[in-house]
Amino acid sequence: MGSSCGRVCWEWASRLRRLTGFSRLLSTAALAPQICVVGSGPAGFYTAQHLLKHHRLAQVDIYEKLPVPFGLVRFGVAPDHPEVKNVINTFTQTAHSDRCSYYGNVTIGKDVTVKELQRAYHAVVLSYGAEDNRILGIPGENLSGVYSARAFVGWYNGLPENRDLKPDLSSETAVVMGQGNVALDVARVLLSPLDILKKTDITEGSLAAIACSKVKRVWLVGRRGPLQVAFTIKELREMINLPGTRPLLDPADFTGLGDVIKDVPRPRKRLTELMVKSALEKPGEREASRWASATKEWGLKFRCSPLEVLPAADGKQARGIRMAVTRLEGSGESARAVPTGEVEELECGLILSSIGYRSLPLDSSIPFDPKLGIIPNSLGRVQGAPGLYCSGWVKRGPTGVIITTMNDSFDTAQSVLEDLQSGLLKLSNSKEGFKSVRSILHSRGVHPVTFSDWEKIDAAEVARGKLAGKPREKLVDPREMLQLIGH
Amino acid sequence: MAAPGTASLLRASAASSCRWLLAAFRGAAGRPGGGGGGVVSGSVAVRTPGRFFGVSARARLSSEDKVTVHFINRDGDKLTAEGKVGDSLLDVVVDKNLDIDGFGACEGTLACSTCHLIFEDHIFEKLDAITDEEMDMLDLAYGLTETSRLGCQICLKKFMNNMTVRVPEAVADARQSIDMSKNS
Repeated sequence: MGSSCGRVCWEWASRLRRLTGFSRLLSTAALAPQICVVGSGPAGFYTAQHLLKHHRLAQVDIYEKLPVPFGLVRFGVAPDHPEVKNVINTFTQTAHSDRCSYYGNVTIGKDVTVKELQRAYHAVVLSYGAEDNRILGIPGENLSGVYSARAFVGWYNGLPENRDLKPDLSSETAVVMGQGNVALDVARVLLSPLDILKKTDITEGSLAAIACSKVKRVWLVGRRGPLQVAFTIKELREMINLPGTRPLLDPADFTGLGDVIKDVPRPRKRLTELMVKSALEKPGEREASRWASATKEWGLKFRCSPLEVLPAADGKQARGIRMAVTRLEGSGESARAVPTGEVEELECGLILSSIGYRSLPLDSSIPFDPKLGIIPNSLGRVQGAPGLYCSGWVKRGPTGVIITTMNDSFDTAQSVLEDLQSGLLKLSNSKEGFKSVRSILHSRGVHPVTFSDWEKIDAAEVARGKLAGKPREKLVDPREMLQLIGH
Repeated sequence: MAAPGTASLLRASAASSCRWLLAAFRGAAGRPGGGGGGVVSGSVAVRTPGRFFGVSARARLSSEDKVTVHFINRDGDKLTAEGKVGDSLLDVVVDKNLDIDGFGACEGTLACSTCHLIFEDHIFEKLDAITDEEMDMLDLAYGLTETSRLGCQICLKKFMNNMTVRVPEAVADARQSIDMSKNS
């Protein structure tokens, strides 16, 4: 009797626990924050990762304009830098969370407006990056043979909008305007031995074009001096060690720099020391023999500001660039380049402008600072727009490496979490999330691509790559991607 | 649902065996940047699994080969884990699923600085010499100190037993971090 009572009591208690557990589940399910992220590059995925990890109930939907995810990790990171692409493993794990969904092939601002997203979600995070580039703004910029480095990178990385770029690689000398990591990336891809490139995920079309390239000399031109270069040391070291090439560094540019850099922060100091060493010190035996046998070369040119791209006799093709020689006013990072009045001309048939990416406003309802090219924000909260956030390049401008974007995305996610906790984001206003967006998309004939759709595309790319001894052969035509998944 | 972090996934994709990585790195050292192909292969680099030797081999390792490491996380929490001699600190974080946000983003391939750790002076002095390539990545690390190293490059040795390493503060502002995964 006693034992049976005990059992009944236990069963009852357990049922009660299940019941109360269930009711708690119901009430909390109603309070799950619906959050969406616009853009599936590192900023979008790192923001999503942090939100999912630090909020037990949050549902995070990631929207992407292209069918395929990962933004600049797929379309920006150089093909010979597969290590950086390892972050995709973590992003994939995030996308596999049962509280995270990916919707590719959806252009925010066209297929769905930000206003509509704000009606569907408690919080909207804009992390759509920088899809445009700054232009030189000089005569002749539109001549054939002049390209933005952004488009060139998009071309060799299979970005659909740049797949038909067909850059003219018939000139021996190429000039890259700019001295950042993108400038070094394009120089490296132009000069790398084919044996290296063909084992990467560079697109087959661009590999074939580069195989026929006549380019054997690349100048990286900066308006300021060696102390103002924007690239980082890993990329410079890689360039200095690139097989089959030798650096062209004018000793005059580097003499005496050793004293100047004694008190600058470590990254700038080590970066400058590496340039000084390569320019002024006698190379080791191995390096000397490599340089002697090199068939290609690259160099840094300082204190030159572009004035005009010079046309060839046909008036269509670029044949060179005219530059104003400058001197520096002030010192350090804030030094300004001032024209001396002297002019220099450089003969080249290929000119790549690599002076920075640029974010564009999504629509007129969202604050945008056209001068800085960012969405004005404080700690990721868009100014004057409660419930709207931003992360990544559109938040802080198009600079930094993966850890910069990771930290800034975690910061933005933290702001969202704070606003959820403080009640600024009212969960009592029930939001339908993707359910309501789905009906909008349906009514407009837009078919989103899911993450499992992407995984089919991924598998197809990897299989195609395998045949060519590459990690993947990217599909470059969105129609082909959609066809593959039966859209 | 496990929180999406790098850890469990890293395990699946076979994190570095320190010995392997070093060997591969040395192989590529003659021509660093030689396409990166020496260190990794594949668009998503997967390293040769150094840990696929059988359970029996693992079991045979005596406690002599174990090293205890204390990690002071960003929030001040102390995480203690055990690894075996030869494991890198990244291996330990991954194997033990230690909850350190964003740790080891490039999975030990010297392409980021997210596994940056700060060492005690007496341990730091005894660490193997640092390569230029590791220094290059440390240059981009947040909160760099005189005793900073990358966790993926430090392999456990007996003398490290009971050492304490600190995860540097990553965020620029010192806001109280909110975690609604436990109490919401």
